[in-house]
Amino acid sequence: MPKSSKAAAVAERSRLAVRKTYKLYIGGAFPRSESGRTFLVDGDNVALASRKDARDAVVAARKAQGRWAGATAYNRGQILYRIAEMTEARRAEFESLGVPAAEVDAAIDRWVWYAGWSDKIAQVVGGANPVAGPFFNLSMPEPTGVVGVVAPASFLGLVSVVAPAIVTGNTVVVLAGGPQAAVTLAEVLATSDVPGGVVNILTGRPAEVAPWLASHDDVNGLDLTGVGDVELATELERAAAGTLKRVLRPSAVTDFTADPGLGPMTAFLETKTVWHPKGF
Amino acid sequence: MFEYAPAPESRSIVDIASSYGLFIDGSFDEGKSSFKTVNPASEEVLAEVALAGPEDVDRAVAAARRAFRAWSALPGAERAKYLFRIARIIQERSRELAVLESLDNGKPIKESRDVDLPLVAAHFFYYAGWADKLGYAGFGADPRPLGVAGQVIPWNFPLLMLAWKIAPALATGNTVVLKPAETTPLSALFFADVCRQADLPPGVVNILTGAGDTGRYLVEHPDVNKVAFTGSTEVGRQIARSVAGTGKRLTLELGGKAANIVFDDAPIDQAVEGIVNGIFFNQGHVCCAGSRLLVQESIAEPLLASLKRRMATLRVGDPLDKNTDIGAINSAAQLARITELSEIGTAEGAERWSPPCELPDRGFWFAPTIFTGVTQAHRIAREEIFGPVLSVLTFRTPDEAIEKANNTPYGLSAGIWSEKGSLILAVADRLRAGVVWANTFNKFDPTSPFGGYKESGYGREGGRHGLEAYVA
Amino acid sequence: MSSLSGLPDSAADLRTFLHGLPGVDKVGVEARAAALGTRSIKTTAKAQAIDLAIRMVDLTTLEGADTPGKVRALSAKALRPDPADPSCPAVAAVCVYPAMAPVAASVLAGSGVRLASVATAFPSGQAPLDVKLADTRDAVAGGADEIDMVISRGAFLAGDYARVFDEIVAVKQACGPAHLKVILETGELGTYDNVRRASWLAMLAGADFIKTSTGKVPVAATLPVTLVMLEAVRDFRATRGRQIGVKPAGGIRTTKEAIKYLVLINETVGDDWLSPDWFRFGASSLLNDLLMQRTKLTTGHYAGPDYFTLD
Repeated sequence: MPKSSKAAAVAERSRLAVRKTYKLYIGGAFPRSESGRTFLVDGDNVALASRKDARDAVVAARKAQGRWAGATAYNRGQILYRIAEMTEARRAEFESLGVPAAEVDAAIDRWVWYAGWSDKIAQVVGGANPVAGPFFNLSMPEPTGVVGVVAPASFLGLVSVVAPAIVTGNTVVVLAGGPQAAVTLAEVLATSDVPGGVVNILTGRPAEVAPWLASHDDVNGLDLTGVGDVELATELERAAAGTLKRVLRPSAVTDFTADPGLGPMTAFLETKTVWHPKGF
Repeated sequence: MFEYAPAPESRSIVDIASSYGLFIDGSFDEGKSSFKTVNPASEEVLAEVALAGPEDVDRAVAAARRAFRAWSALPGAERAKYLFRIARIIQERSRELAVLESLDNGKPIKESRDVDLPLVAAHFFYYAGWADKLGYAGFGADPRPLGVAGQVIPWNFPLLMLAWKIAPALATGNTVVLKPAETTPLSALFFADVCRQADLPPGVVNILTGAGDTGRYLVEHPDVNKVAFTGSTEVGRQIARSVAGTGKRLTLELGGKAANIVFDDAPIDQAVEGIVNGIFFNQGHVCCAGSRLLVQESIAEPLLASLKRRMATLRVGDPLDKNTDIGAINSAAQLARITELSEIGTAEGAERWSPPCELPDRGFWFAPTIFTGVTQAHRIAREEIFGPVLSVLTFRTPDEAIEKANNTPYGLSAGIWSEKGSLILAVADRLRAGVVWANTFNKFDPTSPFGGYKESGYGREGGRHGLEAYVA
Repeated sequence: MSSLSGLPDSAADLRTFLHGLPGVDKVGVEARAAALGTRSIKTTAKAQAIDLAIRMVDLTTLEGADTPGKVRALSAKALRPDPADPSCPAVAAVCVYPAMAPVAASVLAGSGVRLASVATAFPSGQAPLDVKLADTRDAVAGGADEIDMVISRGAFLAGDYARVFDEIVAVKQACGPAHLKVILETGELGTYDNVRRASWLAMLAGADFIKTSTGKVPVAATLPVTLVMLEAVRDFRATRGRQIGVKPAGGIRTTKEAIKYLVLINETVGDDWLSPDWFRFGASSLLNDLLMQRTKLTTGHYAGPDYFTLD
């Protein structure tokens, strides 16, 4: 993360600034790590998440999942659009953290793109099936549940993995690559009517905590987009196999400005097919 | 006796000017002549609006054509954001627009507030979200817009019909010239203001107020690529004739005479609600109204008793009173038509019944009415009345219900009431209707395609299907 | 020759009858209740509604920690809900455990405010029949005018409708002159169809009132459940000629909510049920909210809890 301009700004003025504390975002609240640990980013102390924080985050995500999935698609779309609004309103802060303006633009538009998918994905990947018999047969996508996400370092990358998972009704536990932008995004979420627990953001060392998510029996999916180390990614995939989690592991380096396609959403969607006889 | 006391919604939230011009190329221009729009509940004049003539239509289409170049070239993500802005502004101004709609149309504030306006906003939100992902809609990798759309809408759901037309047109990159109905021009004019608030580029949306001739000039204009019309089957036929051979794309959403079928195993209390909603919602001014009740003969008597008991709690009156269930009939002309057809019903031998109803002195009013002893051979079973009048027929078996339901040139909607899933699905399969409601009625959603079979028109509005009419 | 007007005369018949009642569509009934909840009740109508609601309250305390002192205070409040305003009507009844009935009876004697007592191993109902009947007789002997019994939900959900029926008949007999309210515990019945069935079962067995809840499980009275019960009493009177009352209990805390229930009655069963003889609210904290709203109508400004007695 490029050096912030905050220190320079403070030196110019006589008034002492009130510095932000960078904490975790779990269940809609901002707790410190239960381990009490922090690490230095750019002169700021940022909470260093432990496996127990991850455990608590999974509990929060699970608790929120039923209600989030049960909200109307319209409602989820409205909330994601509100996230876009709040991100736009805070763009200066993201830029002061070193995120290029063009990347902030792309991140906001990415939220808008996904907001519009909420009430359309079912129409594109679901549908009636013309079975050979007197039956009504309908396939519908449903969210898989709680998804563990190892997020890429960039802000746009972070948005590009969180949005597709939650727009369809999953809840996420995110191991953040770029801590300051991630915490600022958490603040955006906290002011966007996102119910607590839908997104949980843990700052720290993803490699330390990720194995605990990958092996967690109550996590349904795993997004490894942000894992650069091939060996670690393989290890995590192996751990995930224990409960047959749905694993998303993009093969090449992703261009997050390009059209993501349906893959990031369908990776964490189940398909339910219902039959019903027709006749009187 | 539990009387509710008047509960009026305040009019002060909406500021109606004394006159309005035509909205062309981003600004209001005075027309050469004008006409008045009245509040059908009181006959009070609300405003004077311009009457667009052929030159005005020319100018508007030209403005739409000029604006089309840049609008269609915009990235979908940008068009999406304009539409999201419009949706948001409508949400913020919902109460104001609902009061306006009730004043100009006569519908109860309860409906314009709780049904019309939320659907209007939702419709813009839904189509905003398609603008940047058209390649996924199933119409090819890069669906192209058609150009300029000429759109003519009816008076029964003025702002909602505007939303159904404009949202998909703009999302796909077209520009529009829209003519609202003669008796309900105001909400479209306020929508023009919403477009200005959203900084929509001039010429993308143009609003021409006027009467039947205005609509005709628009539909017949040679530089219009696509025509969309919602209104009577009679006019729809004329439009289809005039468009023939021109290469213009056309969608029509016309009349209906929907059968609301109640089987003997229906959830009775909810079925009664569904019947009431089906024909008395919006004063029965609904193309998809459940205007024919087909009730299984074995339960006809108790069902009708329940229905009459329920109708006695319907409140007819001031549309701005929050407790009003049934508002004013939209115009003197429509009231005359409803009255005439009801008299025909009696003359043809059907038995007429209405609950006791105190109707106001001024304004256009009609008490909720049912006719029993109706058969397919009665005019009131075949012709669209477009008012709060229900014709009740009976049937013995599901086959007979289906036959009777389909025995009409119309095919817009139908209702099925039964607790048995396999019956519902089998009957739904065989009904020749574009929208089938089972154990519910008059449910609309921007994601759900709406449109008719046969003489109820062609094309669908809403859902992914609603994009098809606006892409090449 | 079979009689078409008699009661079902066997357990199998009873099951066939109850399962043959018209179904209830959940989405439809909830939409209807919500729509009635948008009625706007203002000014004079609101004042009348508030007074009627107060007169319909069964002021309730059903805690393990109830003592004579607590019950005496509650009973005094029942007689005089607002000591600062003598025009405020008294409530319909006080509702307590059988052991507390004599205490309440001594305060309420001769006032017109009735004494209701729960009985039959309230709230679970999981006790042998003779224990439940003894509980009932004890309450009546202690001065109760009304008995609020619980049905055996276990038996109901197991399909043993005949047992539920027989128990109600027996309790009704043990009531003697006292009126019987039958608590269906709708929050445990699972579906609106079951609420309809349980309502009919209770009415066929002789209930004077059907009541939604004990207030001791997470889901208590709701508008849609009460709507289904009102439809049941309406249909029962239409087909069998006997009028039966309805009591939603638990979870009704605000005046706004209470007025929605009155609208429900008004537009489903009408004037005949708009009286404390045929409709009650099982509530405790609702009363003070009614008093605060009542005061606001006369003073024109919002009230605060300091100005109303706790009990």
